[in-house]
Amino acid sequence: MIEVENVSRVYNEGRPNEVRALNDVTLRIPDHAVTVLKGPSGSGKTTLLSLIGCLARPTSGRILLDGEIISALPEHFMAKMRRERFGFVFQRFHLIRGLSVVDNVMLPAYPAAPDYRELRERAMAALRRLRLEHRAGMKVELLSGGETQRVAIARALINDPEWVLADEPTANLDSALVEQLLEEIRMLKADGKSLVITTHDPRIIDSDVVDVVAEMRDGKITSVTEVER
Amino acid sequence: MFHWLARQRYLMDYTLAAMWRRKWRNLVLLVVFTLVVFLLASVSFFGSAVRFEAKRALKFAPEVMVQNLVLGRHALAPADWVDKLKGIRGTRNVRGRLWGYFYDQGNGANYTVMVADGSDPSLAVAPDEVIVGAGVARVREVEKLRNLLLLRPDGKLFKLRAKRILSDDSALLTHDLVLLSEADFREFFNLPRDAGFTDIALEVRNRREVATIANKISQRLPNARVVTREDILRTYENVFSWREGVLQAMLAASLAAFAIFAFDKASGLSAEERREIGILKALGWDTSDILAMKLWEGALLALFAFLIGAVAAYAHVFLFQAGVLAPVLKGWAVLYPQAPLTPQIDRLQLVTLAMLTIVPFIAATLVPVWKAAITDPEVVMR
Repeated sequence: MIEVENVSRVYNEGRPNEVRALNDVTLRIPDHAVTVLKGPSGSGKTTLLSLIGCLARPTSGRILLDGEIISALPEHFMAKMRRERFGFVFQRFHLIRGLSVVDNVMLPAYPAAPDYRELRERAMAALRRLRLEHRAGMKVELLSGGETQRVAIARALINDPEWVLADEPTANLDSALVEQLLEEIRMLKADGKSLVITTHDPRIIDSDVVDVVAEMRDGKITSVTEVER
Repeated sequence: MFHWLARQRYLMDYTLAAMWRRKWRNLVLLVVFTLVVFLLASVSFFGSAVRFEAKRALKFAPEVMVQNLVLGRHALAPADWVDKLKGIRGTRNVRGRLWGYFYDQGNGANYTVMVADGSDPSLAVAPDEVIVGAGVARVREVEKLRNLLLLRPDGKLFKLRAKRILSDDSALLTHDLVLLSEADFREFFNLPRDAGFTDIALEVRNRREVATIANKISQRLPNARVVTREDILRTYENVFSWREGVLQAMLAASLAAFAIFAFDKASGLSAEERREIGILKALGWDTSDILAMKLWEGALLALFAFLIGAVAAYAHVFLFQAGVLAPVLKGWAVLYPQAPLTPQIDRLQLVTLAMLTIVPFIAATLVPVWKAAITDPEVVMR
């Protein structure tokens, strides 16, 4: 479980352009569930996701993962946490252009330096699962939008993390691809992964895969709803 | 250890792919870096080779030379000075030497004309015979046992048979050399037997007393200029080092320009590179992984450029006779520029050059990367 306790995040603190992106947020995110952070642009969803995923530190407050404070870890351990416990699917996917699909998928595992053949097999297995095996050697810039997102998901899964964090995953997808994405979310959930997704897309929020919806506005959690089945 | 190596292999793998993706920028850097190393290494190799030649050649020069000065200028030394110098305790092998310069109008070349001192039987020259340096032989197209015709300073033709052509081994001092017998020398320059010598050479029994003997000679012969072998070597080094220093000062400016260029090109991170660093960090790469990756990139580029530049400089100096730099470094000598240089490398200079080019380049690469790498990877979320 992830526990967010009284977390605030202030950008450019003390300067004229100071922005309070999060303001005293408290939230409990359950394991093995799909949690959606919902809200309009600028409500602080992405900032909260960044803090949960150890991409940044809160200005105040703390975040715990399975009872352990992760928001105040030294940088080296934050990196290890990002590598081992979290998988990220970014809004703009952020694949490295010029590299092949399989090389992009393997990237998060490089610092752990596993056996190359074993790593490549893992990457190919992830691609196979997402029906991208035939694209393994292709440069990522040549992929379609849906394929690009599936590569991003495969990359997020390469280190077999417990948590998958996705930022506005439907922002660049059409309806058919959104359906495909929901299938992939179902698949991850069935595998026992815990997912945190930021979105304001009703096609995700109203889907049957979502377990918890936390609504945000102006840097605050305004409501938390557990979806009943 | 094995894990560390495996990690470095992965980082290197990524680095090579990244370098290939930015191949044009890296190619420009490689060319500029190579050019700077080539120029600096050429000066260094050339300097080492010339100094080596000078030391090797001067090893056989007399320990002390005594010249007569008249009106402050070099004049013939009276023949009786030989006996006066023999009378100074500690001197040995005192002998008068005859040598001079001859300008060959036909070829526009200066020759050093000398009488062999007889210490080396292979350089003994009988009347009507001559031994010439490789440069003279080439300019005059003389072969062994063929005649060498020289136009005497008084306009008369002088015919000599070439006994031997000296090899290029000590090209620095023998390249423009013409060795004659004493009789031929005096006849060639129209020098009477009692006119004396060009200078007087001698050895010192105890090498540590060279300075003392030089002082004694100065006291006994107030008009004499006493030159020791060490003086010649030092003068030669000073003159050449001055030339080399001027050139290196100019090259230092190009090195500074290169440093600025490298700092801008190698490390002025583009938005794409910053984004890439952010992505890698977000994916779990440590700051040290990013730095190691960039270190590999800088090191590969710098070492490769240094290697190419140094090898090209070696070829330039020792295979192509330093065609680019020789006119600046060698000065006025007419024949000498064709003298082949013995490959000689000052390792300390080479290491210094490597330190002066590779280290600043890598530092220029790493500092801005480090700045980018320590920022929160959150930047990729925005």
